Amino acid sequence: MDKLDLARWQFAITTVYHFIFVPITIGLSALVAGLQTAWVRTGKEQYLRATKFWGKLFLINFAMGVVTGIVQEFQFGMNWSAYSRFVGDIFGAPLAIEGLLAFFLESTFLGLWIFGWDRLPKRVHLATIWIASIGTMLSAYFILAANSWMQHPVGYTMNAARGRAELTDIAAVLTNSTALVTFPHTIAACFLTAGALLLAVSAWHLRRRNQIEVFRPGLKLGAWVILISGVAVLITGDLQARVMTEQQPMKMAAAEALYDTSKPASFSIFTIGSLDGRDEVYSVRIPSLLSFMATADPQGEVEGINDLQQQYAAKYGSGDYVPYVPVTYWSFRLMIGFGVLAMAIAALALWSTRKGRLPGGRWLWIAAVSTVAMPLLANSFGWIFTEVGRQPWTVFGMFKTADSVSPSVATSQAAFSVVLLTLLYGGLAVIELMLMLRYARAGAPENVVPGEEDDAEDDSDRPLAFAY
Amino acid sequence: MELTTVWFILIAVLWCGYFLLEGFDFGVGMLLPVLGRDDRERRLLINTIGPVWDGNEVWLLVAGGATFAAFPEWYATLFSGFYLPLLLILVALILRGLAFEYRGKSDSPQWKRYWDWAIIGGSIVPAVLWGVAFGNIVRGVPISAEHEYVGGFFNLLNPYALVGGLTTTGLFLLHGAVFLALKTDGEIRARAGAVAVRVAVPTVVLAAGFLLWTQLTHSDAWGWVLSGAAAAALISGVLAARARREGWAFICTGATIVLAVAALFVTLFPDVMPTTLAGGDSLTTTNAASTPYTLKVMTWVAVCFTPIVLAYQAWTYWVFRRRLRVEHIPAGGH
Ligand code: HDD
Ligand code: HEM
Ligand code: HEM
Repeated sequence: MDKLDLARWQFAITTVYHFIFVPITIGLSALVAGLQTAWVRTGKEQYLRATKFWGKLFLINFAMGVVTGIVQEFQFGMNWSAYSRFVGDIFGAPLAIEGLLAFFLESTFLGLWIFGWDRLPKRVHLATIWIASIGTMLSAYFILAANSWMQHPVGYTMNAARGRAELTDIAAVLTNSTALVTFPHTIAACFLTAGALLLAVSAWHLRRRNQIEVFRPGLKLGAWVILISGVAVLITGDLQARVMTEQQPMKMAAAEALYDTSKPASFSIFTIGSLDGRDEVYSVRIPSLLSFMATADPQGEVEGINDLQQQYAAKYGSGDYVPYVPVTYWSFRLMIGFGVLAMAIAALALWSTRKGRLPGGRWLWIAAVSTVAMPLLANSFGWIFTEVGRQPWTVFGMFKTADSVSPSVATSQAAFSVVLLTLLYGGLAVIELMLMLRYARAGAPENVVPGEEDDAEDDSDRPLAFAY
Repeated sequence: MELTTVWFILIAVLWCGYFLLEGFDFGVGMLLPVLGRDDRERRLLINTIGPVWDGNEVWLLVAGGATFAAFPEWYATLFSGFYLPLLLILVALILRGLAFEYRGKSDSPQWKRYWDWAIIGGSIVPAVLWGVAFGNIVRGVPISAEHEYVGGFFNLLNPYALVGGLTTTGLFLLHGAVFLALKTDGEIRARAGAVAVRVAVPTVVLAAGFLLWTQLTHSDAWGWVLSGAAAAALISGVLAARARREGWAFICTGATIVLAVAALFVTLFPDVMPTTLAGGDSLTTTNAASTPYTLKVMTWVAVCFTPIVLAYQAWTYWVFRRRLRVEHIPAGGH
C-alpha cells in the first residue's frame, strides 16, 4: 500500500467512526432536552427518570464523539497537507467558525448540564441542554458547509500563481445549495438514529416487563421519531439527488451503475451479476424511478457513465473519472434500504403498542432491538457513497485526491498512524459498547431526587449532586 | 495594523488561553497519583476540573481551526512536519478525555487503575510534547523552499526543545497544584499547597533557563521584556504559594504561562516557522497567510463571538466556584 492508500484508509476509518457517535449526539441531545422539558412542565417523575436514563447513555456516547473529533480537526494538516494548502483559504473558515461558535457552546453547556443539577435554577439548567443541543446542530452545519464546498465549489477564485483556491464570497459558501440540502438530510438521519436507539432499548426492557412506565412511552417516542424523521430523510434525500445530478452527474450514474445514457431510466432495487453492474444476470427494477429522482420527471434523461467519462476527459484532460462503481452502487442501496427497514419496524412497533398493549412477539422483539444498528449503517453507507462517489476528486473538478496527500510524511509514519488509530479505535469500541449495554440494561433510576438548587445561604456541606 | 499581524496575535491569544486553562487540567492529571491517596481523593481531584476540562480543550481545537483558516501554510507544514509528536498528543488526549467520563463507570479497582493511568499519561505526554513542539518552532526546523518539513523525527529531540518540554511540564504542575489548593478544602488543600512549594524551585530554574536560552539565541526587545515579566510573575506566584495566598498564587502562575507563551510568539514574529535550511524558506505571517478577504471575514467572526464565549466560560467558573472537600464526593459510582 502506498502513502495515498494509507491516508485514504485512515481518513475513511476515523471519519466513519466519528460519524457513529455524531448522529447519536445530535439526535439524542434534542430528545433528552425534550424529555427534560416535559418534566419541568408537568413535574411528572417518569420524565425525570427518562431524562436521567437517556442522558446517561447520551453522555457515554458524547465522550466518544468528542475525542474522535479531535483527530478530525488535525488530520487534514497531518495527512493531507497539500490539500490543506490548496483549500485552506476557503475551507479553514467554516472549520474555525465551527470551533468558535459550536464546540465552545457544546462543551461548556454540557459541562453545566452534567454538573449543574443542584447548582442552577431548574429552568436555567433546562436551558443548558437546549443550548448544547443547538451547538451540535451548528457544528453540523458548518462542517457540512465545508464538505459541501468540496462537492460543489462556490464563492472562490483560482490563484494560479500561488496554486490555491481563494475565497471571494463567504455567504456563497455558507448558502451553497449543496449544503442547504445536505444539512436537513443529515440532521433528519441523526434523529432517525436517536429514535432507533430509544426504540431498541425500550423494546428490550418491555419484553421483560421492566419499568413499563418509562419504556412504553420511550418505545412510542422512538418509533414516532423514526417515522417522522424517516419521511424527512426520504424527502430531503430526493432533493439531494436532484442537486447532485446537476452538480455531479457522474455520482448519480455511478449510484445506479448506469453505463449508457437512458431516457427514461429505471432504478434497480438490486442486481445479480458482476459487482460493478456491467453484466447483469437478474435485477428487480422500478421503471422511471431513477429519472424521477434525478430530474423530477419520470421521462427525464439520465446521463450514463460512458458518456460522462468522455465529457470529463474532454474537459479536465485524459484520465479515469469513474468512481469505484461497486461501492457507489451498493452503498446507495444499503443507505436507503436500512433506513426504510428501520421505518417499517417502527411502524410495526407502534401497531403492537396500540391502545395500551405491550409488544409480545419474539420476532418483533428481535427486530426492534436490532433496529439500533440500521440507521448507523445507513449513515455510514450514505457518507461512503457521498465521498467515494466524488472520487477521483477531493474538490470536485478542481483538485484530485492523488494530489492531496502530504509530501513530507513518510509512508512508514502514515502506516504507523493508521495501525495505531485503528487498534485504539477498535479497543475503544469494545469498551464503549460494553458500557452502553451495561447502562442500557440497568434501566432507569428508581428514586430520583430532583436535586434542585436550594436557596440556603450555606451550601458548603452539601455533597455534589453529580460527581465523576 | 495589518490583518496578518492581527491574526498572528489572535493565534497567540488562543494558545495562551489553551495553556492557561488546560495547563491546570494537565497539572491536576499529573498530580493524581501524588495527591490522591485513595479513590475518593482521586475523584475529588478529578471533579475539580470535571465541569470545565472539555471547554478548556476546545481552545486547542479553535487554535488549530484558526491556524487552518488564517495561515493554511503554517497549519499544513506544522502538522504534517511534527507528525509523530502530534499523533502521540492526539492519542493521549483521546485516552484522557475518555478517562474522565468512564473512570467512575465501574467499581472494579482494576478498571479505575487503568483509567487513572490514562489520566496521568494523557496529561504528561501533551504537557511535555507541546513544550517540545513550541521549542522547535521558535528554534527553527529544516523547511524546504516548498515549505515542506524535511527534518525527520529525531531532529525534533534537540536539547533546547527538550528543555522547553520540561519547562511546560513544570509550569503546568505548579499551576495545577496551585489550582488545587484554591479549589479544594481540608487535607488535600494543605497537601496541594505543599506540593506547589516543592515543585516551585525546579520550575523556576527550568523556566528561567529556557527563557534566557531563548532570548540569548534570538534576542528580541519585547521578548526580553515579556520573559522578564514572566519570571517576575513566576517568582511572585511561588512566594504567594508559600504564604498560602492561593488566589494570588493562581493569578501569578496563570500570568506566568500567558507571558511566557507571549514571549515565545513575540520572539517568533514576523516568522511563524523559521527554517534552519540554507536555501529553505521560512514561513512568515505574510507568505503563510490567507487572503485579506478571508482574514477580514474571520476577524468579524472573532470580534463578534469571542466576547460571548469568554462571558459564558467565565460564568461556568463562577457557577462551580465552591471549594470541594472529600465529604462532597458521593459514595459509589454513577
Ligand atoms: C454532521 C455532523 C458532523 C460531521 C460531518 C463531523 N462532525 Fe465532528 N462533531 C459533530 C458533528 C459533526 C458534533 C455533533 O458536534 C460532535 C459529535 C459528538 C460531539 O461531542 O460533538 C462533534 C465533535 C467534534 C470535535 C470535538 C468537539 C469538542 O471537543 O466538543 C471535533 C474537533 C470535530 N468534531 C471535528 C470534525 C471534523 C474536522 C470533521 C470533518 C472531517 C467532523 N468533525 C465531522
Ligand atoms: C462524518 C461524515 C463523513 C464520512 C463518514 C466521510 C467518509 C469518507 C470516506 C469513506 C472517504 C474515503 C473515500 C475514498 O477514499 O474513496 C472520505 C474521503 C474524504 N473526505 Fe469524507 N466523510 C465525512 C465527512 C467529511 C467532511 C465533513 C469532510 C470535510 C470537511 C470530508 C473530507 C474528506 C476528504 C478530504 C477526503 C479525501 C480523502 C480520501 O479520499 O480518503 N469528509 N470521506
Ligand atoms: C429514499 C431514501 C434516500 C435517498 C433518495 C437519499 C439520497 C441521498 C443522496 C443523493 C446522498 C448523496 C448526496 C451527495 O453526495 O451529494 C445521500 C447522502 C447521505 N445519506 Fe441519504 N438518502 C436516502 C435515505 C437515507 C437514510 C435512510 C439515511 C440514514 C438514516 C441516509 C443518510 C445519509 C447520509 C448520512 C449521507 C451523507 C451526507 C450527505 O451527503 O448528506 N440517507 N443520500
